[in-house]
Amino acid sequence: MRYEKPTTVEAATALLAGQGARVLAGGTDLLVQMRSRVLSPDVLVDIKGIDATRKITKDASGYTIGAAVTGAELKEHPTLSKDWPGLVEAANLIGSTQVQGRCSLGGNLCNGSPAADSVPGMIAAGAVATIAGPKGTRTLPVEDIMLAPRKLALTAGEFIVSFKIPARPAHGGDAYLRFIPRTEMDIAVVGCGVALALDAGGTCTAARVSLGAVAARPLLVEDGAKALIGTKVDDAALAKLEAAVRAACKPIDDKRGTVEFRIDVAGTLAKRTAKIALERARKV
Amino acid sequence: MQERVKKPQFDVVGTRPVRPDGVDKVTGRAKYGADLKMAGQLVGKVLRSPHAHARIKSIDVSKALALPGVKAIVTRDDFADQASEFVPAGEMLINYRDVVRNILAREKVLYEGHAIAAVAAISEKAAIAALDAIKVDYEVLPHVIDEIEAMKADAPLLQEDMITQGVTPAPTKASNVAKRVEFTLGDTAKGFAEADVIIEREFKTKAVHQGYIEPHACLASVSEDGSADLWTTTQGHWVKRAHCAKLLGWDVTKIRVTSSEIGGGFGGKTVIYLEPLALALSKKAHRPVKMVMSREEVFKSTGPTSGGTVRVKMGAKKDGRITAAEGEIILQAGAFQGSPVQPACMCAFANYDLENVKVIGFDVVSNRPKVAAYRAPGGPISTYGVESVVDELAEQLGIDPIDLRLKNAAKEGTKAAYGPKFGPVGLVECLEAAKESDHWKAPLGPNQGRGIAAGFWFNIGGETTVSLQLNEDGTLTLMAGTPDIGGLRASLCMMAAEELKVDVHKIRPIIADTSSLGYNFLTGGSRSAFSSGMATVEAARSIVKQACQRAAKLWEIPEEAVTWEDGEVRPAGENAGKHKPMTLSDIGKIAGKTGGAIVGYAAISAQGAAPSFGVHIADTEVDPGTGKVTVTRYTAIQDAGRAIHPSYVEGQFQGGAVQGIGWALNEEYIYGPDGKLQNAGFLDYRVPVASDLPMIDTIIVEVPNPRHPYGVRGIGETPIVPPMAAIGASVRRASGVRFFELPMSPPKVLKAMKAAGKA
Ligand SMILES: Cc1cc2nc3c(=O)[nH]c(=O)nc-3n(C[C@H](O)[C@H](O)[C@H](O)COP(=O)(O)OP(=O)(O)OC[C@H]3O[C@@H](n4cnc5c(N)ncnc54)[C@H](O)[C@@H]3O)c2cc1C
Repeated sequence: MRYEKPTTVEAATALLAGQGARVLAGGTDLLVQMRSRVLSPDVLVDIKGIDATRKITKDASGYTIGAAVTGAELKEHPTLSKDWPGLVEAANLIGSTQVQGRCSLGGNLCNGSPAADSVPGMIAAGAVATIAGPKGTRTLPVEDIMLAPRKLALTAGEFIVSFKIPARPAHGGDAYLRFIPRTEMDIAVVGCGVALALDAGGTCTAARVSLGAVAARPLLVEDGAKALIGTKVDDAALAKLEAAVRAACKPIDDKRGTVEFRIDVAGTLAKRTAKIALERARKV
Repeated sequence: MQERVKKPQFDVVGTRPVRPDGVDKVTGRAKYGADLKMAGQLVGKVLRSPHAHARIKSIDVSKALALPGVKAIVTRDDFADQASEFVPAGEMLINYRDVVRNILAREKVLYEGHAIAAVAAISEKAAIAALDAIKVDYEVLPHVIDEIEAMKADAPLLQEDMITQGVTPAPTKASNVAKRVEFTLGDTAKGFAEADVIIEREFKTKAVHQGYIEPHACLASVSEDGSADLWTTTQGHWVKRAHCAKLLGWDVTKIRVTSSEIGGGFGGKTVIYLEPLALALSKKAHRPVKMVMSREEVFKSTGPTSGGTVRVKMGAKKDGRITAAEGEIILQAGAFQGSPVQPACMCAFANYDLENVKVIGFDVVSNRPKVAAYRAPGGPISTYGVESVVDELAEQLGIDPIDLRLKNAAKEGTKAAYGPKFGPVGLVECLEAAKESDHWKAPLGPNQGRGIAAGFWFNIGGETTVSLQLNEDGTLTLMAGTPDIGGLRASLCMMAAEELKVDVHKIRPIIADTSSLGYNFLTGGSRSAFSSGMATVEAARSIVKQACQRAAKLWEIPEEAVTWEDGEVRPAGENAGKHKPMTLSDIGKIAGKTGGAIVGYAAISAQGAAPSFGVHIADTEVDPGTGKVTVTRYTAIQDAGRAIHPSYVEGQFQGGAVQGIGWALNEEYIYGPDGKLQNAGFLDYRVPVASDLPMIDTIIVEVPNPRHPYGVRGIGETPIVPPMAAIGASVRRASGVRFFELPMSPPKVLKAMKAAGKA
């Protein structure tokens, strides 16, 4: 096995185009999988030497977050948690303090698990990935990247350099909640991200609702957003949201939860998440 | 009324000195099973069955042996077959015919993870390559996992010659039912006829693992002359020595076993898995062999405790007097017979003073790893059913659940259904302490409920040897042979210090190896503080006697003219003459000149172990939107007899309660239709993590055991007995739904609440 740490995007894509190459970000998924003999790559391409993957920049249009920025760095950023608290909370749920020092948004998404915590947070926030490849750079909304467990819309040689998160709307708020049977060190049985914006009168003008762990890939639930837009996010709207979310779920029965349970809890979580997002939107 | 022994004043017993093994543990210096290394050691690894049930047609190791770096391989052919013979091992019986088949499969593999071969190689990589190169030809057979399925006439048979014991006339056909047991007292039909209320319920519990943090590990080194050293993480190194010697056909004296520090055992480290393999590999390879299990191996191949089906029927008068009780307890044994069904039956109704009792138990094999002891083996399972029914009786009769228990509680003189009459026991005191506790009186919030349950465990004594040396500077060295799992060394030093009136920190304790001390039965049955404590006191008293003899010699007066008082050897009265009293330290300094070293030695079979009763109070909050149960407050109350070091008694109460909470809420072995374990890791086998729990409050009740010099009862096992029923009763009140199946995991709770219109 070879370890490479390129410092440019071009060098990285060239290496990644080769046989048996794999991106290494924080390694909190990859190294575990290598140790348990699930994966055995020939070349590890550590992207942390590339500046663009390791920094957070902010301008009028929003944030650009490097794909290998760690959970701890997201939390430490002076304004990100104020603007997108739900997204940061989702990323900060990953693992423990030790894992937070390594884990990244890019790794969480590209590991290809439908239960990844930060992904519904990113989808709700409207994150768009900047993807570099041998043929240049393209962008793709986060909800379009994961296709099925361990299957991504990235082609040979491609990797995610950064994520673009829009500027927070004037009265905007977001939130993420997950259900686990314990309080930590667990995998989401259901995850839910909600971002919404209000007008001056408190009516919802925009919303994005995303679910994790209830289908083969993280979902953007358009009908959930529709249930909220144009309302004051009152009980009637929340009931519609709950129904829309339950209708969107296509979960499996497994050791972590039954189909029925995941559908029920998704509805419950969506309501609770929307209420937190609403509170946050009202405060700004 | 029972006689409460007046609490004597102690200098050391009942205080909380720093434990002698503490600093090394918190600084990482303590050596656990996997921490030992020897020059030239090989890596040992085990090939395990991918099938739940299959006949082994052939095992071909030739390719593997030819690989570079591979030094030895052992299979079934390296171990002689053993005759059927039951021997005690902790609180469970084992049979060597089965043990030899469990350490390496012979005719068949009986569960996924069943060991088939072991290799020793120069590196982990080489060992893994060797495992991959071993060719096993299987004939896959139908499997059965569930104990009720396994009892059916057409179920796949694990052992084709298994005839159910305890049934007359003996069945003519083989089955998966190894044994039937029965305990009766009085006439239950008569008792039920007198009852105003009768409740009959069926409960299901899942197999759960002890979940010790330290995986099994050992290092074996066999010399060319056939003598062997074995370092292993174990609850009993003499017992492991006996098992290894038996399976290998070696003399016991050839094997010296040293127990490492132990990172949790809870009963599961009374069993041999790796040790005979490591010894056999080392002998073949002529090099030391180290073996360490992965967590997956621990889950798939080492004993969990049984899951089971428990049917309980109880009747009571309107005033709460229980008139009859019946139980039927069906326990999974795993692939080989020997579930804890007997103690489960004996414990079932032990909390109560009853006239009419009948308990029947069945020991059932299925394609699961062989169960091992787990804290109060069997007790928690039957008690969960019985205490849940008692709670329902209280609800139906409109009687406070503590009052109902007080009315029926076992006390001194109560004849237990399994035979004996209790001596002084502390259940009534525990119930009273519960009733008076702040917890029992505290208000509850919305969606919260409170439950209570009682529990019992027998406790045992047995063979124990302790050596106590008075050193030349007056300090002492204490050698015990029961591995220290929960603060034993501290407690033994405290009892010695109390006897000898020396500073407890002047006594250094070690757990001796099997060649340095006489036989010690294992740490199990909550026996170590009781038995090794008793031997320590005897050894200390021998030192006092010898000290008096040395002073008599020095003072040239008769031995009877010397007494031991307030930690000093003194001339007894005027006639003995004027001599300056001597402390033990003074005596240590003159030992060499007055006859040589002073050593106190006690080799006993400790008698008079006494049961410990406990009562737990649990508060839970149930989220009606998700079915998640959160424990909001918890108090464990238990009769310790005497708490030598209260912190370690509290630690045992807390640890048992937490394991019971895990059992109640989330822990379970989950099998797929292919008969394979789906959650062989701590991610999906959910033990509670620290943030899941409130601080577990404790109340130590002390009703001294009259048969121990300091009143000690065993306390390590009882704390895992009440939690499941206490949590169940609490969830019942918090959610409005009564559950009859463990674990009460969120999917089940939410579904039941929805069905009852409570979600
Ligand atoms: C103890 C523990 C607890 C955990 N708890 C959680 C949890 O609660 N919630 C949760 O969601 N996850 C959890 N995880 C999983 C893991 O930590 C996260 O998925 C993490 O975000 C992965 O990020 P990473 O940078 O370490 O990824 P890596 O391991 O470096 O990479 C993961 C995968 O993505 C690929 N990859 C990484 N970056 C890119 C990129 N920029 N472009 C293309 N491909 C890329 C890699 O090739 C690899 O296949 C836990 C892991 C551990 C060990």
